[in-house]
Formats: sequence, C-alpha cells, structure tokens
Amino acid sequence: MKNKTKQTAKVDRDHGLRLLRKMLLIRRFEAKSAELYSAMKIRGFLHLYDGEEAVAVGVMEALTPEDAVVATYREHGQALARGVNANAIMAEMYGKKEGCCRGRGGSMHLFDAAARFYGGNAIVGGGLPLALGFALADAMQGKKRVTCCFFGDGATAEGVFYESLNLAALWRLPVLFILENNLYAMGTAICYAHAVADIAPKAASHGVQTEIVDGMDVLAVEKGARRGAEFVREGNGPYFIECRTYRFRAHSMFDAELYRTRAEVDKWRKRDPIASFFDLCREQAVLSDADLEELERDVAAEVDGAVAFAEAGTWEPVEELTRYVYSERRPR
Amino acid sequence: MNAGTQMVKLTYREAAREGLRDALARDPRVFLMGEDVGHYGGCFAVSKGLLQEFGPERVRDTPLSELAFTGMGIGAAMGGMRPIVEIMTVNFSLLALDQILNNAATLLHMSGGQFNVPLVIRMATGAGKQLAAQHAHSLEGWYAHIPGIRVVAPATLADVRGMLWTALEDPDPVLIFENNTLYTMEGELVVDAGPVDIDHARVLREGGDVSIITYSASLHKSLAAAETLAVEGISAEVIDLRTLRPLDDATIMGSVARTHRALIVDEGWRSGSISAEISARITEQVFYELDAPVERLCSAEVPIPYARHMEQAAIPQAESIVATVKRMVQSHG
Ligand SMILES: Cc1ncc(C[n+]2csc(CCOP(=O)(O)OP(=O)(O)O)c2C)c(N)n1
Ligand SMILES: [Mg+2]
Repeated sequence: MKNKTKQTAKVDRDHGLRLLRKMLLIRRFEAKSAELYSAMKIRGFLHLYDGEEAVAVGVMEALTPEDAVVATYREHGQALARGVNANAIMAEMYGKKEGCCRGRGGSMHLFDAAARFYGGNAIVGGGLPLALGFALADAMQGKKRVTCCFFGDGATAEGVFYESLNLAALWRLPVLFILENNLYAMGTAICYAHAVADIAPKAASHGVQTEIVDGMDVLAVEKGARRGAEFVREGNGPYFIECRTYRFRAHSMFDAELYRTRAEVDKWRKRDPIASFFDLCREQAVLSDADLEELERDVAAEVDGAVAFAEAGTWEPVEELTRYVYSERRPR
Repeated sequence: MNAGTQMVKLTYREAAREGLRDALARDPRVFLMGEDVGHYGGCFAVSKGLLQEFGPERVRDTPLSELAFTGMGIGAAMGGMRPIVEIMTVNFSLLALDQILNNAATLLHMSGGQFNVPLVIRMATGAGKQLAAQHAHSLEGWYAHIPGIRVVAPATLADVRGMLWTALEDPDPVLIFENNTLYTMEGELVVDAGPVDIDHARVLREGGDVSIITYSASLHKSLAAAETLAVEGISAEVIDLRTLRPLDDATIMGSVARTHRALIVDEGWRSGSISAEISARITEQVFYELDAPVERLCSAEVPIPYARHMEQAAIPQAESIVATVKRMVQSHG
C-alpha cells in the first residue's frame, strides 16, 4: 500500500480550467437542485455531492470514453464529471420525459448508455458486483477497458464489499474501486460502524493493490486514478483507491444533522476542494480572478439552461406506465 | 378524566415512537438495533431521542450490514433477549431475506419444536414519496407467503403503538410493516394506549353493498372512497386486515356473506399476491354467497417509477376504488 502525500504539481492552464469548470458545474448545479427541491420541483431523495467534487472530477480524468462507470445514489457529480448531459440530468430530476431515464429514475438513478454510465444505484453496495461483471465481460472478450466503481465508507460494511474484493482479486478483474470515504454513512460516524476504521488495508488484505489519496485535492485524486487505471488496463487486476473526503451538506434533504457539530463541518469547509484548487492555480499564475468569473458565468448559463430545458420538458403519458418492464424487441 | 381515557393528539410516527418507548421501559430484555436508529434519530425519525433516553446499549446503531444484524437479532432472541430489529425499508430487507426465511421462519420447525425465535423486525414499506424503484415497493405480501413468521401492517395510531407490544410477547418472529406515507398522519390516541391483538382483522366501517378488504395506506384511501360512495347511495363495508399472516378468514368471510361482493385493495403487485390469496379463499369458502366476481385493485406490475404522476398511476387510489365499486354494484345489481 502506498500512502501519497500532497505534492504541489505544476498545473497547465487548459487542464486547470477544465478541472475547475467541472467542479464548479457540479457545485452550482447541485446548489440549484437544492433550491428546486425546496420549490418542490424535484422530489424523492436528493443527495448532494457538495464537498466531494474533487473525487469524481479527478477520477474521470483517468478514464476513456470506452471505460465504464458504476455510481452510487449520490451521483450527480459522478454523472456530470463523466459528461452526462446536464439538461438530461435536470429533466430527470424533474421527472420529465426528456430526462436521461424518462423520469423513471430520478436523482438516485441516473443512467446514460452513451457515456457508459451504469447508474445510479440506491442499494448501498449494490453496484459493486455489477462492476465486477462488466469487468469480467471485458476480460472474457479481450477488451482492454476499465470498469470504475464508486461507493461510500458505509458500503464497506456490507458483505458484498468483501465478496467483491475477493472475487476481483481472485480473477484479476479490471476494476478500479473508488472509495469515497466521507467519514459518515448517513448519521453513523465511521467509528460506530467499523471496528477498524482504516478501510484501505481491508482491500489490501484481499490482495487488491491499494492507495490512499486526499479526496479534497483534485490533482492528487487524478494522479492516483491515472496510476490505478493504467495498472488495471495493463491487465494487473483490480486497483483500490480510498479518497478521503467530506460531505459539506446534509446526507439528504431529510437530515437534521444531529450527529455532527457545526465546528467539524466548518473545519472541513476550510479545505473546500474548489477554493483550494483555484488558489493553487492563482498562486502559480495559471488562472486569474477574471478566469474564475468567466467560468462562473459560463457554468451559471449551463445550469440555467438545464433548468429551462427541464421546465420545458413534458410528462410521459401514463399510458406508457408499463413500458420497460420487459424489452420491447424480442426474438420472434 | 382519568389517564385511561385522556386523549392526546399525535402522529403515526410519534405513536410508533411511544410503542418503542413503552417496550424499552417495560422490559430490560428489549433493545432496538438497526441503521441510524441512534445518532441520526431514525431514517424516518421514529426513534428520535431514544438513544439519549435509553443509552447506546439499548438503542444500537449498526453498520450497513442487514444480513448480519438481522441474523444477530435471531440469535439474540434465542439467547434470551427481545430484540427489535429495524430495517430502513423493505427493499433493503432483501439483503436479510436469507436470515429471515432460512433461520427465523424455520428454526422452530427444524429443531422439532426446541427453539422458538421471539424476534420483532420493523420496516417501512410502500410508494408515494417518489423514492423510485429501489425504495418504494410493498413486499409485505411476499413475506406473508412464509410459514413461521407473522406479518402485521398497522394502519392506525392505536395499532402502530400497540402491535409492537403484542409482537414482543409473541414466541415467534413478527414482522411489522409501516407504510412510509403514514408517518405524518395525525390522530388522537388514549394517553396510555396499550397492547392490541394481532390475530384479527377489523371492520372499520359497516356497509351492506360491498366489502372492501384492505390494509395499511390503502385503508385510508378505501375509507375515503366509502365516504364518496355513501353520497351516491352505495354502502361499502371496509375491513382493515391488520395482519397478513395468518389471515383472519372468519372476519373476511363474515363480511362477504353479508355484502355478497368483495373488492380487495392492495399496494402490492397483483400476480401471486396476498390479494390473490384472499380472492382464492373467498371463492373457496363463500363462493355461493357472491353476487359478483371478486375484484382486485393492486399496483401496476412495474417497478415503482420516480415521476409523481407515474407513481400515483401505479398504485391504487380512492378514485379507482370508487369506480371499481360502482361498476361491481351496477353491473351485478
Ligand atoms: C442496502 C441499503 N441499506 C441502507 C440504505 C439506506 N442508506 C442510503 S445511503 C446510506 C448511507 C451510505 O453511506 P456511504 O456508503 O458512506 O455513502 P455516502 O452517503 O456517505 O456517500 C444508507 C444507510 C440503502 N440505500 N441501502
Ligand atoms: Mg459515507
């Protein structure tokens, strides 16, 4: 197991702009989503990624369009970073037909075949064995692709986590495991859920190559993910990255946050992945305040456009309710 | 006014909490365990405050390990404790289904009567909050398929408070299903409401033209439908099943023998469901009393969709109950 400490890499301008824009888009898109939730335009469960943006954005840098992504129910960030269309995501959360899943899935179930984005899974840990299956199919078909699977610290208490680690290592499957360790599973702090709160060694003990990165540092995440993706793509078997991160907001819109202090949240907010990355770029004179302002305008326009798209969307007729229970095209 | 008749206003959620508080206060063997029951206050805020009141030995936050903590509840029950296992929603109980079916439901039988399992499992069920296809199903009818467990579905404040007490006194496993749309329902309850029986269905509204047989959230839709029907001169009897296993055949058949028509309203899927079981029993037991075919209103056979209009279209509604009853009464007058 390698323990990488923060190194201040030199950022290239285009690269910096791209990472910053993606993180900002997620942040602003979700802030808008929270507003729309209060306005009752979006319903159901809404889990925000606020604070964790560097994880998805850093990881996606290492993937190619041919790779596959299996996400959680906290997946707006993972979807946006992967390039799933913001309009389609917003329309999905409105429950409109123009949504990426025709309004069938909502916030927790974003899917996009074109992006090889396989959900949006709201059974904690439910995506892990699926990811193994994609990887197995690739391996059996001789395709040099990576399947990247996101999951939280909470998921690592489920039996399926250990079953999946073992199988992936045993069969040397091309899976990139991304643990988003934000220290809480809903309101249960990691110390109340894990006898050994260090998760990465558990993966290592199954024979999976493991690394821990600072999940608040987009460059560190990217670097780790590139190392991991290359390792996997070269046929060396699975790779596990623990990203140490924090969620700034409530677990969902139904959370009174009785389980943590304001001070703890404020302490982590000082490590905001977006602000700190911008500061780094400014220190290196790669990006200026004017660049940031322009990005903010650009992102605001994209978010406004997504809202307008969702507002203008249509409701799927109820006559279509029973569609997609079985495939519409079947062999004769 | 003595304490026995003094009424208080509260919600279904609060009544459920009072039931838990009664249980924890009454019996030192009782403890509550499940995900986020403690520090978070319960995913539907049912157990809010109980950790502070009873401490972490009695109100236990578990890791996300449904299979393990449900199985642990079985062992603890056999070992002399009276655990209340909370599973957040019925969809997640599928991760624990192996322990529920292969251990809780079978140990008494396999051991030749040596080991009973006095375990209570509570979970939320049902659609209506736009939680989509991994959080919103009504699988209580599936559980009612399993011999060896009792399945109850409290639809009223008195039941959600009192059924827990009775369930804890039962020597065998009892599963309690709380429909998530009921938590905010308000009503009145006697201050010191106590245990209620879990063996019988209850006629909540008497009528002569049709028996509407239902349970849980659909009960309230059925009662609303009965009001509407009354205005139009149709008198519907409404039965709250309360317990899905074992079914109270006597109450169901007694009602159908009086009204000669039966409509079953069930938020579960139609095929192979508890509604199918009830329909079969009616035709087996009181076929010659019927003036019309037994009818069923169930959920559409789809995973529950997210969009509100689709979700509402997928589950039974008061309007569809009214329309079905009218058709039954008119075409077979
Ligand atoms: C099998 C299962 N059990 C419980 C839940 C309810 N639930 C949803 S999210 C969550 C916490 C998960 O925590 P973690 O894996 O750390 O992810 P995070 O929410 O922190 O991103 C819980 C308990 C669920 N969705 N699935
Ligand atoms: Mg977490």
